[in-house]
Amino acid sequence: MTDPGTTTAFEAAGAPETGEAPVTHHTYDVVVIGAGGAGLRAAIEARLRGKRVAIISKSLFGKAHTVMAEGGIAASMGNANPRDNWEVHFRDTMRGGKFLNNWRMAELHAKEAPQRVWELETYGALFDRTPEGKISQRNFGGHQFPRLAHVGDRTGLELIRTLQQKIVSLQQEDFARTGDYESDLAVYHEYTVTELLKDGDRIAGAFGYRRPTGELVCFHSAAVVLATGGVGKSFKVTSNSWEYTGDGHALAMRAGAKLLNMEFVQFHPTGMVWPPSVKGILVTESVRGDGGVLKNSEGERFMFNYIPEVFREQYATSEDEGDRWYTDADNNRRPPELLPRDEVARAINNEVKEGRGSPAGGVYLDVSSRMPAAEITRRLPSMYHQFKELADVDITAGPMEVGPTCHYVMGGVEVDPDTAASAVPGLFAAGEVAGGMHGSNRLGGNSLSDLLVFGCRAGAGAAAYLDGLDEVPSVSEQSITTAREDVERPIHNSGGENAYTVHQELQQTMNDLVGIIRKADEMELALKKLHELKDRIPRVAVDGRRAYNPGWHLALDLRNMLMVSECIAKAALERQESRGGHTRDDYPTMDENWRQELLVCSLRDDEVHLEHQGQPAMRHDLFDLFELDELKKYYTGDELGGHRSDAPPRQSRGTEDAGDEAERSSTTVETGGDPGGELTGGGA
Amino acid sequence: MGYQAQFKVWRGDAEGGDFVDYAVDVEEGEVVLDIMHRIQATQAGDMAVRWNCKAGKCGSCSAEVNGRPRLMCMTRMSTFEEDEEISVAPIRTFPVIRDLVTDVDFNYQKAREVPAFAPPEGLAPGEYRMSQVDVERSQEFRKCIECYLCQNVCHVVRDHEENKQEFSGPRYLMRIAELDMHPLDVRNRKEDAQEEHGLGYCNITKCCTEVCPEHIKITDNALIPMKERVVDRKYDPLVWLGKKIFKRQELEQRGATGARSLDAPGPDNGSALDADHIAHIEQRGGAQA
Repeated sequence: MTDPGTTTAFEAAGAPETGEAPVTHHTYDVVVIGAGGAGLRAAIEARLRGKRVAIISKSLFGKAHTVMAEGGIAASMGNANPRDNWEVHFRDTMRGGKFLNNWRMAELHAKEAPQRVWELETYGALFDRTPEGKISQRNFGGHQFPRLAHVGDRTGLELIRTLQQKIVSLQQEDFARTGDYESDLAVYHEYTVTELLKDGDRIAGAFGYRRPTGELVCFHSAAVVLATGGVGKSFKVTSNSWEYTGDGHALAMRAGAKLLNMEFVQFHPTGMVWPPSVKGILVTESVRGDGGVLKNSEGERFMFNYIPEVFREQYATSEDEGDRWYTDADNNRRPPELLPRDEVARAINNEVKEGRGSPAGGVYLDVSSRMPAAEITRRLPSMYHQFKELADVDITAGPMEVGPTCHYVMGGVEVDPDTAASAVPGLFAAGEVAGGMHGSNRLGGNSLSDLLVFGCRAGAGAAAYLDGLDEVPSVSEQSITTAREDVERPIHNSGGENAYTVHQELQQTMNDLVGIIRKADEMELALKKLHELKDRIPRVAVDGRRAYNPGWHLALDLRNMLMVSECIAKAALERQESRGGHTRDDYPTMDENWRQELLVCSLRDDEVHLEHQGQPAMRHDLFDLFELDELKKYYTGDELGGHRSDAPPRQSRGTEDAGDEAERSSTTVETGGDPGGELTGGGA
Repeated sequence: MGYQAQFKVWRGDAEGGDFVDYAVDVEEGEVVLDIMHRIQATQAGDMAVRWNCKAGKCGSCSAEVNGRPRLMCMTRMSTFEEDEEISVAPIRTFPVIRDLVTDVDFNYQKAREVPAFAPPEGLAPGEYRMSQVDVERSQEFRKCIECYLCQNVCHVVRDHEENKQEFSGPRYLMRIAELDMHPLDVRNRKEDAQEEHGLGYCNITKCCTEVCPEHIKITDNALIPMKERVVDRKYDPLVWLGKKIFKRQELEQRGATGARSLDAPGPDNGSALDADHIAHIEQRGGAQA
């Protein structure tokens, strides 16, 4: 639409003056909200495609929550086990999500993750290496082969720093050309977006404030990429930082987009439980991937008692076999400590409930008896550091105490898999804020790869949208006035509610009533409490100073947290089964009839509206990647028609859903989503 | 346990400010950042504190606790006596925005002045080969969480505003060392370090190393080796002659690759996605087939 460096037509629409506090106006082709892995990757892609891009971040540049990711990036490069390929990764991802995943997203993710990881090396990333000098890959829960590219246990930091440095290098190129580092790619850090602005049904910009000064800002932009992460701050015990207030989820809803799968919230099985002030902080899954074991207060490796039927064939049934797997994965099955996260979290919850927990209400995670101290500090340096400094516990000498912590939301903005476009023209979403990719449960390591794959696609999708745009949307004065009133309300209120108190009540409600194990009556109570909080939030009042005022910031974040909490509670109450990150005490088993039901939230007259939506059937060639026996565990009988196993060889059945052999092995793919038709050529 | 502690927290802005007294409850196992949050929630809702992860991984909550630069999230209350008065002030080297929050833009400017990683030409994504022992040297420096405590304590700039122009500080001199030791970086960075980033100002007092919460040996492993490399190169007659002839050579013109990633897929893993493919836009969410 515009060439870098030229002014855009938006400027004509800018600068309406509305009295006291002025609004600063900025104009860009693409505005990316969020500066974690997905946001930075989207910004890089849009900039490389010739767009002028602004990155908006609540925190300082380089501090995003992505730094907290520890274990690694899942990508089937096949460096550690040459039998790995995208098909295996795809299968693992679908299994982990209990087949509720958007299969197209899972497909793109599995295929493109290796490229996105290799690309990081060209930006300067330094992953740990194999003896041949390739990128080393480690084991992780739910992944059949060692698949996670990693840097010790600080992979997220490496990812964020690498992308940050790539942004800087692009700014250096711009500086060489234009004399201005920020001419084409600018970072607005410590800014918060409070509202998306539209022109008719299209995105026209974003409104917000600058945290250090409280100054109001309006970004004029026809394309907005949401990359705001998750919602964990709605829960009391969480591994998430203060930024995780569901901003993107709520912004998208208010702009008219839909959220799906909000009932699926991942409780990471191993958060710290002691001391109380760090309760919830993450203990990486790599501890288990590298040999750490879970024990209860009786010293028993209890995970052997919790292998669910659907995973029975893939996991070891004796400690000996599980231990042998670490050195001979081809001839042994993996230990059950490496089951998907939802299974392990529920097991820990049950051990504690039945009185076999540790003093602080967790279980024991022991690596000290499994490998020498020097190896622990080399493989898990930041875990060693974290326990030493925060809990005064030496993990090379004794076990850690761990328990479940709210970690990740699988639900998010419904997007087109290929372009990351939402239902609102001009609005894109990538990373944790987008929904569908992980189904009902995300595998460890699939988050960082998700950020890169779909961050890249969102940046490309936004650029393509702009190229096809014939008319420039403009921001109306009325929408700015409304957005301004919402932002200033807590300042103008007096003698009202305290933001911190309301926040604590919200967190307690979600933690106690819509937490890891859910019941209908508790969730009904939660919805009632949320309704009360909804009345109180507009009455929150703060001290009138605008500069770096955290009370004001929290007051504005509260309405987002409340909205996503309501989505979670409503969807969780509706789904009458247990699956992945959604466990019902009153409906304890997985129900195959619910597999094809997606629950979708939208906003109508300021109320969260929930409806059912069908899950599109999986494309034949992908369906055929699974054995029929496995599919039977998840699918209803009449969904199984068309599997390769029931089509006689070399005979087309002539029906639309037949898994015809000839079609399957040809290089044309019916979605048009895979131009190279490389589906059958996969695998290194 | 649980007791009441006496805190003095600096409150103010660029115009000025002073320490304010707070009596706050302290629970078992807490860190200074917990106490700052309790003050916010119960006594001073507008007190500005910058923080993120609360686990020593993001480097946001730097402050001077009893005069010592620390991460507040990693400073356990059990390291103080119960009757000890504890002061918390913003880090000194950077301008105050409000209360405990400072303007650290200096660091972002310096980061931009370090030329980016320059990979060898003709090496495609996926073809990079490096040995663990070679990457470990730079990996140590990439542990940096950018808390800027080293920048804050370095005496070259701590009380010498005038040096900020010339001197990038330990964090960015270490970044240059990191790139110089990167097994595949092809740019010569030694003269840069000395001439553009003020490596010569450093007189190895090791304040940066001592304050580093990641325990990176900034002085011994980054700054001293970098100084040695500069000296080696300066007195190498062949290098001297080469410099005379080629000046700053062609490398200077090479930016990072500007390739569009979807146009240039890496080694084939079963996917080859070209740019045209992305051009179709589905307006509806969830359209799959």
